[in-house]
Amino acid sequence: MEFEAVIGLEVHAQLLTESKIFCSCSAKFGAPPNENTCPVCTGMPGVLPVLNRKAVECAIRTALATSCSVQRKSVFARKNYFYPDLPKAYQISQYELPLALGGHIDIELPGGTKRIGITRIHMEEDAGKLVHEGEFAGAQASLADLNRCSVPLMEIVSEPDMRTPEEGGAYLRRLHDILVYLEVCDGNMEEGSFRCDANVSVRPKGREGFGTKAELKNMNSFRNVEKALEYEIRRQVELIEDGGSVVQETRLWDANAGVTLSMRRKEEAHDYRYFPDPDLLPLLVADEWVEELRKTIPELPAEKVARLSAGYGIPRYDAGILASSRALADFFEAAAALYRGNPKTTANECIHWKDVILSGRLSPGTIAHAVEDRESGTISATASKKLVELVLETGKPIRALRDEQGLTQLSDASALDAIVDRVIAASPKEVESYRGGKAGLLSYFVGQVMKESRGKANPKVVQETLKRKLG
Amino acid sequence: MADVPVHEWTLLEAARKVREKEISSRDLTGALLARIERLNPGINAYITVLPERAMAQAAELDEAQARGELRGPLHGVPMGLKDIFCTRGVRTTCGSRILADFLPPYDACVTEKVLRAGAVLLGKQNMDEFAMGSSTETSCFGATRNPWDVTRIPGGSSGGTAAAVSAAMAFAGVGTDTGGSIRQPASLCGVVGMKPTYGRVSRYGMVAFASSLDQAGPITRTVPDAARMLSVIAGHDRRDSTCADVPTPDYLAAVDRPVKGLRIGLPKEYFESGGLSPAVKAAVSKALSALIDQGATAVEVSLPHTTFALSAYYLIAPAEASSNLARYDGVRYGHRAKGASGLIEMMSRTRAEGFGPEVKRRIMIGTYALSAGYYDAFYGKAQKVRTLIRDDFTSAFGKADVLLTPTAPTPAFRLGEKTDDPLTMYLSDIFTIPCNLAGIPGISVPCGLSPEGLPIGAQLLSNHFREETLFAAAGAVERAVPLPRVSPIEG
Amino acid sequence: MAITREEVLHVARLARLALSDADADRLREQLGDLLEYMKQLDGLDTSGVVPTSHAVEMGTPFREDTVLPFGDPEAILSNAPDREDGFFRVPRIIED
Ligand SMILES: [Mg+2]
Ligand SMILES: [Zn+2]
Repeated sequence: MEFEAVIGLEVHAQLLTESKIFCSCSAKFGAPPNENTCPVCTGMPGVLPVLNRKAVECAIRTALATSCSVQRKSVFARKNYFYPDLPKAYQISQYELPLALGGHIDIELPGGTKRIGITRIHMEEDAGKLVHEGEFAGAQASLADLNRCSVPLMEIVSEPDMRTPEEGGAYLRRLHDILVYLEVCDGNMEEGSFRCDANVSVRPKGREGFGTKAELKNMNSFRNVEKALEYEIRRQVELIEDGGSVVQETRLWDANAGVTLSMRRKEEAHDYRYFPDPDLLPLLVADEWVEELRKTIPELPAEKVARLSAGYGIPRYDAGILASSRALADFFEAAAALYRGNPKTTANECIHWKDVILSGRLSPGTIAHAVEDRESGTISATASKKLVELVLETGKPIRALRDEQGLTQLSDASALDAIVDRVIAASPKEVESYRGGKAGLLSYFVGQVMKESRGKANPKVVQETLKRKLG
Repeated sequence: MADVPVHEWTLLEAARKVREKEISSRDLTGALLARIERLNPGINAYITVLPERAMAQAAELDEAQARGELRGPLHGVPMGLKDIFCTRGVRTTCGSRILADFLPPYDACVTEKVLRAGAVLLGKQNMDEFAMGSSTETSCFGATRNPWDVTRIPGGSSGGTAAAVSAAMAFAGVGTDTGGSIRQPASLCGVVGMKPTYGRVSRYGMVAFASSLDQAGPITRTVPDAARMLSVIAGHDRRDSTCADVPTPDYLAAVDRPVKGLRIGLPKEYFESGGLSPAVKAAVSKALSALIDQGATAVEVSLPHTTFALSAYYLIAPAEASSNLARYDGVRYGHRAKGASGLIEMMSRTRAEGFGPEVKRRIMIGTYALSAGYYDAFYGKAQKVRTLIRDDFTSAFGKADVLLTPTAPTPAFRLGEKTDDPLTMYLSDIFTIPCNLAGIPGISVPCGLSPEGLPIGAQLLSNHFREETLFAAAGAVERAVPLPRVSPIEG
Repeated sequence: MAITREEVLHVARLARLALSDADADRLREQLGDLLEYMKQLDGLDTSGVVPTSHAVEMGTPFREDTVLPFGDPEAILSNAPDREDGFFRVPRIIED
C-alpha cells in the first residue's frame, strides 16, 4: 500500500519589538539571567499586563501579508498550567477569538506553485528558560531564567495542506522570508526567534480522512524540520505496515541521533482551563488602522521573484536566490540600475558575492563596474574576481585598483596581432597539425598567447585573431 | 498628648489641624500609634504596625511643612492600608501564610497615591486571606474583632480596615471590594465604606482576587472623609488596562449637594429577602425617611435576577481566583514547602501548607468550574447571568437615580458562628454582590443601631461613574441620622 | 450535586493542592453542596444571552514600545526561596 503524509506546521515567531508584550522590559536576547525582568513579567502579586502596540502592528502586518482577515475584535485568554518557566502559572494567549483567520501562502515546488492555507494567527507571550543541572531526565534541580517571559510571540498555524517534507520545508522558508521582509521577526532560528512544531500523520494514498497525528518539537533549523518529518513519516508508515498503530503524542527531534523520541511525561492529561483574561479588555482593531498598516507592506518574496525574473530577464531560480533577502534584491536592483548592460551577469555576481553583500561590505557600484568592465572586455573574469577581492581588502574604488594593478585586458586587435604572430612563428609543428584538422589545438595557442601577454589578453579577442590568422 | 481627643476628629478635621499647625504630624501620629498599642491587641485590626517608619514619615512631613511645602490633602494624617496593597519594602501578606514574608519591590498605585497626598502609613490592616471571606476570620494572622462587641466579627474581607477606622486606630483606610468586602464590614462596624465604579481606581499592585470584580475604595468615619479619600486614590493609571481614562470629579463638593428631586429606587427583591433582620429593615426605612424629608422621592424598582447573583458570583470569582492564585507556587517568592522530592510535590505541598481552608475551597470550585466539560455549564453560564444582572440595573436606573438597600442582612454575627458553613457565610454578601457583577459604585452609610447596640448600614447604589450622586445621598442620610462616629470600645 | 472523590482529587491535582484524606472528604461534601446550590442557574433560560466578562465596555489600551528597565533584578530575586547564580532554583522536574 502506498502512504502519503499529512503535515501541518505551527510557527512561533518572536515579534521584532524593543520591549516585551505586556511590560516595559527589554525583549533582547542574551542578557544575564533574570536581568530583563520586572514585577510584571515575573508574575509578582498585584501586577497587571498592558499590551504593546508595536507587537499588535507586527501581527496585523503579517496577517495582511498572508492574506488573512484581521478580526475587528480578538480576545486574550489565560492558558493555565504550572511550570517553573511560567511565572503567573498561565500564559496569556489568544484562544477562541484570535487576531487573524483564514489566509494562505503560495510555495514554489519543482512541479509548480502550491497554495498552503493558514488557519489562524494569534498573539501570545513567551515563557522563560530552564537550565537543568545535568541531563534533563536525571537532573536533581533546574534553574529558571525569566528573561524571555512575556517576550512577544505570534503563532502562525497552517492548514494540514503539506504532503512531503520538501513541501514543509518550502512553506517554512517562504514564511520565514515573508516575516523577515516585513521586519516583524529577525528570523533567527538558533536563538529561537523562529520556531516550528509539526503535526504529522500518514494515511493510505487516496483516502480522505486523517490518521492519528504526532506532534514534533525541538527542530531548530529548516534542514532539521525536513529531516524530522522524513524520519517521522517513515516511522509511522513502518509502524502501520508492521500491524501497529500510531499513538497521539508529542515527540522530540533528537538531531544528533536523527530520530524522534516520545516525550512521555508523568503528567495528567492537559486541561488548560482557558478563559478570557480579566486583566485585559478585548483587542479592538479599527478598519482605518488596518488600512494604514496595509500601506506599510513591502513587495513580498513571491511578487519580487516574478518581477525580477520578468523585468530583468533572469531565470526564476536566480531571481529566487536574489529575493531570498530583501537587502540582496535591493542591492541587485541598485547595481543593475548603475550598469544596464546584462542583468544576468549582474545577478550572477550578486549571487556569487551574496554573503559579502549581506554583510554590507560591498557597494552596488563595485559590482556594476566589475560587470561593466568585464562585459566590455576591459578586464577578464579572473581579474574581475581579483579586483572585487582587492576592494574588500583595501576599501579602494574598483577602477582605481584596476588601473593601479594593471589588470586591464589587451582587447585591441592590433596590439594582440604582434603576440599572436610571435606565437604562430614559434610553433610550426602545432600550426601544421591544426591546419591538418586538429581543431582542438586552438586552446594550446590561446594558452600560449595568454602566457605571452601575462594574462592580460582578452581570451575572446585572442581566439578570434588566432582563428583568422591560422585560417 | 493623651489629653488631645484625636479620636474624635474626622480625617478632614485632622488634615486641617495639621495644615493650620494646631498639631504636628508627629504628635498626631504618636497619638494614633499609642491608641493602636492600647487597642489593637484586643481587636487585631493590624497585621503589621510600622511605628518607626510612621514616626520618621511624620517627622519628614513636619519638616517639609516648616519649609512651606504641603504634599497634598492628606499631609501629615496617619492612616492604614488593607494588607492587600503592595508597599515597597514593607511586607504585604494578604492575610496568607503563603505571603507571610513577601517584600514587594514596588508600591501599588493606591499606596503611591496616598503617600503622594501626604498620608502617614501606620500599618497594614488585617483581612480575610486573599480577601476571601465576610468575617475576617480566615486571616492566618488571627481573626479581627468588632470594636462594638469583641465577641463579634467585624465583617470582611476588609474587616481590619473597618475595625481600625471604627476604633479610631486610623483616620481612614483603603480596602478592597470584590463582592461587598468594603461595604459589608463598614456596615457592621458603623463606618462609611465606598466601592467605586469598576475602573475608577487602579488595581495596579493590589493583590488580585477576582480581577473583573475587584475594586479599591475608602473606609472612613464620615461621608465627606470618604469623598476626600476617593479623590486621592481615583484616576487613570496606564499600568492597569481596565482603569478608565475619565476625569475625577470633586467628590467633596458633591456631599453637600441637595437631594431634592432625587429618585430613590427600592429594589423589591432586596426587601422581600427571607434572611433580612427586622432591625436592619427598620434602620434602612429611617434612612429612606431622611432622604424623603429632604425632598427625594421613592420609587419601587425590580432587579428580577437578584436571586441568581450569588450563584453567578460564587462561580466567576473563584474561577478568576483559581487562576490568579496559581502564581503562588513556591518558585519565585513566598512560602515553599521543605523537603519535597520533586517539582510537583514541592508545588502541591507549598500550596497545601500556604493556603487556608477557605482559599482552598474557592480554588477548588474555580478550577472545577473552568475545567474541561464543566466550563459551559458553570463558568459560561455565570457570565451570561452576569449580563442579565447588569441589564437589570440598567433598566432600574431608567427609573431611579440611586437605589437604596440594606448593606447586610443582619448586624455583626458572633465569631465562629458561620465558619463551618460556607454557604451561610456566603449569604451575608447577598445584597452587595450584584453591584460588583454590574461594575457599578456602591456606598454603605451608617443608618442605625440594632436593639443590642450593633451598627447597621444602608447601601446606596448608582449607575457607572455616578459616585457623586452616592456621596450626595449618603451625606444626606449621615446628616439626618446622627450616630456615634467612633465605636464605644473604651467608653 | 454529587461529586466523586476521584473528581475532587483530579481537580486538586490540576490546582496543585496536596490534600489529606480528611481534606478530600470534607471538600467532596462542601463542593457538592455549593454546586448543588449553583445548579439553580440551570433553571434560568440564557439562550441568546451574550456573556459578560467585564462590566466596562471598551477596547484594551496600548503601551508604546519603549524599554523602561525595572533596574533592580536583585529586589526580585531576593524573595526567592532558593536561588543560584542569578537563577531561581527549583527541585527536579522529572519525578520517579
Ligand atoms: Mg502557542
Ligand atoms: Zn518585565
